[in-house]
Amino acid sequence: MSIKLKALLKSPWVFHLCSGSCNNCDIEILDCITPRYDIERFGMLLVGSVRHADVLLCTGIVNKLGESRVKRIYNQTPKPCLVVAVGNCANSQGVFRGSYACGKPLDQVIPVDIYIPGCPPKPEAIILGVVKLIEKIKGKKK
Amino acid sequence: MKVLFYFLILPGFLFTAAAGLLSSWIDRKVTARVQWRVGPPFLQPLIDIVKLLGKETILPSTANKITFLLSPVIGLVGITLVSTLLWIMDANPNASFIGDLIVVLYLLAIPSISVIMGGFSSGNPIASIGASREMKLLLSYELPFILAILVPVIKSGGLIKIGQLLNYQAHNGVFAGSASGAIALVVAIICMQAKLALVPFDMPEAETELIGGPIIEYSGTVLAMYKLTRAMMLFTLPVFLVIIFIGGIELAFPAAIWGILKIVGLLVIIILIRNTNPRLRIDQAVKLFWGPITGLAVLAVVLAFLGK
Repeated sequence: MSIKLKALLKSPWVFHLCSGSCNNCDIEILDCITPRYDIERFGMLLVGSVRHADVLLCTGIVNKLGESRVKRIYNQTPKPCLVVAVGNCANSQGVFRGSYACGKPLDQVIPVDIYIPGCPPKPEAIILGVVKLIEKIKGKKK
Repeated sequence: MKVLFYFLILPGFLFTAAAGLLSSWIDRKVTARVQWRVGPPFLQPLIDIVKLLGKETILPSTANKITFLLSPVIGLVGITLVSTLLWIMDANPNASFIGDLIVVLYLLAIPSISVIMGGFSSGNPIASIGASREMKLLLSYELPFILAILVPVIKSGGLIKIGQLLNYQAHNGVFAGSASGAIALVVAIICMQAKLALVPFDMPEAETELIGGPIIEYSGTVLAMYKLTRAMMLFTLPVFLVIIFIGGIELAFPAAIWGILKIVGLLVIIILIRNTNPRLRIDQAVKLFWGPITGLAVLAVVLAFLGK
């Protein structure tokens, strides 16, 4: 594995992309940086600007208005970057499937690397998901 | 050849970068311990820089390309020059030239100016707000900072070489030991906090409202340069204050530990101020610097004239 990718996996800076979620998953994501879970142990930081980000944590159904914005934010992220879908809404649009506001699901708008189910997923589940993502990339590039 | 070695390797770029990354690890670790967390591993700042070097650098279509790419380099060069000058003076006080204190004061303003240039050239409204705040902050802290640096010059009878100041302190005791010197040191520490743009003076960056401020549009290598400049400043400014106020760093073996302890002590003071204060508004910061802090600095200058 190249140094570039190794360093990326050891310091993934996380950008929090919320598009039409009920704010529940977002609160669980913020729980991850509290002292109890402390994801800075793994070098993860929550950044404010998408230009600094390596991982996009996407929550929420992507509604029709948000679709083009999500695509634009993905294009604004410097590559290589990873996309994580957090929560049932981002995975499969959850209870909102078939609603008038629902556009395409997230994985048809931008390429998704890993799905974390739950409504909302526990902070442990989010951390486990990111660890599995890191393992997946390590296994793929060996 | 020797000059290049000084600038690029030993007291210059490589050494300062390594020491700066170490200080930024101390910063993050102490912050984590204050918040009852575990904190990042030892190599984390280095890994961050390596990762950013490997990422794509995006040029925003609204940016002025040359200024956008050049301003982080200017900041990096400025802080490298300061560090090289300070360490050469510290190792050999006789190498000092007339007015090097003034040169160092000017060079210390360059990283802030590079942040302002980068913010304005990136063509992002949020970056512009951040850059204008940085500019106001620069205007407000420079006056008390220079007044505080004047105190050692007055106390030593008008010596304006860093090397002579070091020699004076070696013979007559450190400046921080006197009343005026102690007040000036306190003023300088507060100004240093603002120079580093750390809480309570982090309104240019303001993660929660300006999401990064002037560096919001930077990515990849140029962002790595800004992070590195910030880390190097976190190391160089305490060294500057140690040399000016607390008698410098001896480079012989047992005495060097005492010198390192001085630097780490100042660093921990910065970090503790950072972790126990809320962010000020920009108008409050300007009022604070031009009111009470300048008053304190003037008091220190007057005391220094009276020989206290």
